[in-house]
Amino acid sequence: MLLQQIINGLTLGATYALIALGYTMVYGIIQLINFAHGDIYMIGAFIGVAAVALFHQNFFLTLATAMLACVVLGMTIERVAYRPLRRAPRLNLLITTIGVSIFLETFMTVLKGPQPTGFPPVLKNVTLRVGTLEFSSIQLVILLVSVALMVGLQFIVKYTKIGKAMRAASEDYDTASLMGININRVISFTFAIGSALAAAGGVLVGIYFNSVSPYMGVTAGLKAFVAAVLGGIGNIPGAMLGGLLLGLAEVFGVAAGFSTYKDAIAFTLLIIILLVRPTGLLGRPIQRKV
Amino acid sequence: MSQWLASVIDPYYQQVLMLVGIYIIAALGLNLITGLCGQLTFGHAAFLSIGAYTAAILTRDFHVPFLASLILGGLMAALFGVLLGIPVLKLTGDYLGIATLGFGEIVRVAFTNMKITGGAIGLAAIPRASNLINVTIFVILAVAAVVLLENSRFGRALKAIREDEIAAEAMGINAMRYKIQAFGIGCFLAGISGGFYAHMLQYLNPNDFGFLKSFEILNFVVLGGLGSIPGTIVGTTVLTLAPEFLRFVQEYRMMIYGLLLVLMMIFRPNGLLGGVNFRRLLRRRKQKAAALSS
Repeated sequence: MLLQQIINGLTLGATYALIALGYTMVYGIIQLINFAHGDIYMIGAFIGVAAVALFHQNFFLTLATAMLACVVLGMTIERVAYRPLRRAPRLNLLITTIGVSIFLETFMTVLKGPQPTGFPPVLKNVTLRVGTLEFSSIQLVILLVSVALMVGLQFIVKYTKIGKAMRAASEDYDTASLMGININRVISFTFAIGSALAAAGGVLVGIYFNSVSPYMGVTAGLKAFVAAVLGGIGNIPGAMLGGLLLGLAEVFGVAAGFSTYKDAIAFTLLIIILLVRPTGLLGRPIQRKV
Repeated sequence: MSQWLASVIDPYYQQVLMLVGIYIIAALGLNLITGLCGQLTFGHAAFLSIGAYTAAILTRDFHVPFLASLILGGLMAALFGVLLGIPVLKLTGDYLGIATLGFGEIVRVAFTNMKITGGAIGLAAIPRASNLINVTIFVILAVAAVVLLENSRFGRALKAIREDEIAAEAMGINAMRYKIQAFGIGCFLAGISGGFYAHMLQYLNPNDFGFLKSFEILNFVVLGGLGSIPGTIVGTTVLTLAPEFLRFVQEYRMMIYGLLLVLMMIFRPNGLLGGVNFRRLLRRRKQKAAALSS
């Protein structure tokens, strides 16, 4: 029973982690909380639905289509809405992301209506049994795909040139640009990767809960954001850890009988962690400069 | 009085104007916290809802007079503001924003689950007690109070904290105390605003006070120009009227609203009236008059 809950928690947590990575990478480089990120996740899920319903693609093609489309979307948003504000006060940039978020949500509502749509069957759902443990094949796929994507991300960040540039930019934005790093390219690439991961998360969640709606990005986005903060925003392993912790906390909270307060669990955890460790579990302490 | 008013202004316009006034009260509170004191908060709607529910339950179930329940709602919001502020205002910048965002969501979920608030169904049959006249009176009072506060020792201390907290502390300003006080006053105004809101709509639903509402109020303040009182008033008016003017585009309304937000931020990064304040405007006019007469 306990192991069962852990699997459920990890499945949920893995999807939070996928979305959280986008928040954390963008924050790491330009210190921006991108509130439109949850909506990119939502659009990704809808593109997944369209890919299956219109073109009868298989699971991996669906995932790839959604990710690719959201890469284009994420980069476009960054170019059109965020880049002109690079030197503006940060609060303005924040409000711009909210504007984009409202835009994307209503765009999808106008297009598809506010009601949730089902995700057309793309994966066979088989119940797997190991001893007394029961879990669905979909859960297994979610975990495997999430882990694969996160390993891929680690590889890009650790071993490629653009990953090195990303790390440099997150260390010190101005110095990095003085060292000849094309900062616009780095930021664009960061948005691209973040959006791709969010889209993957959207498709996986859509399949898992068999429901996709224009407002799914709001709560999921907020929770993923909480996950990013829990782990220490700007920190990639932190986001993964935060996502998994949050998933587990939620599943155990519900199992303990707090199901009506499910959505508050994440935020209570958030406030507690912020008060104890203001920069998150793996975050570096902020220096107060005189 | 209200009949006379109804004959002059269409009830629908009255409603819209009242909403503008109600939001101005809340936005002035946020302007004090974020604009003047520099503390980022994403949970202002929570205090609106605390004030709204307190006032609504008091008038509806306990038959407390409207004015008294309004003030009590404001005090309740201020109490929660101070209780939250004491631990949370230690955080700085985005982290403070994030923590208040979390608090806002917790309040929303709590109101969805509590019996006294009517849960997810909402609280209905709240007596209609807000009208254009009492809202206007409170807007004037709130503006006057905030203008006085801004130009007092208290307001100057807040500005010092906004500019540089460490330097302000070195100058002997007890930053924590001032921040908590500012937070409390800002939340009080939010609570009053919530009370009016409840007695205008006569119905409350916890989902009306989600984080989007908090951001809406933050938009008012930032679009108007952070720290500027006339800016807050103009920003609130423009952004509250915008969705009403956009009604003719029907379902595209919020899409255009989102676009508008982005465009305004790109083309007017300091807000509509960034850095403008009453005093300077008056002074400039006086200088102009003096220059003309000489």
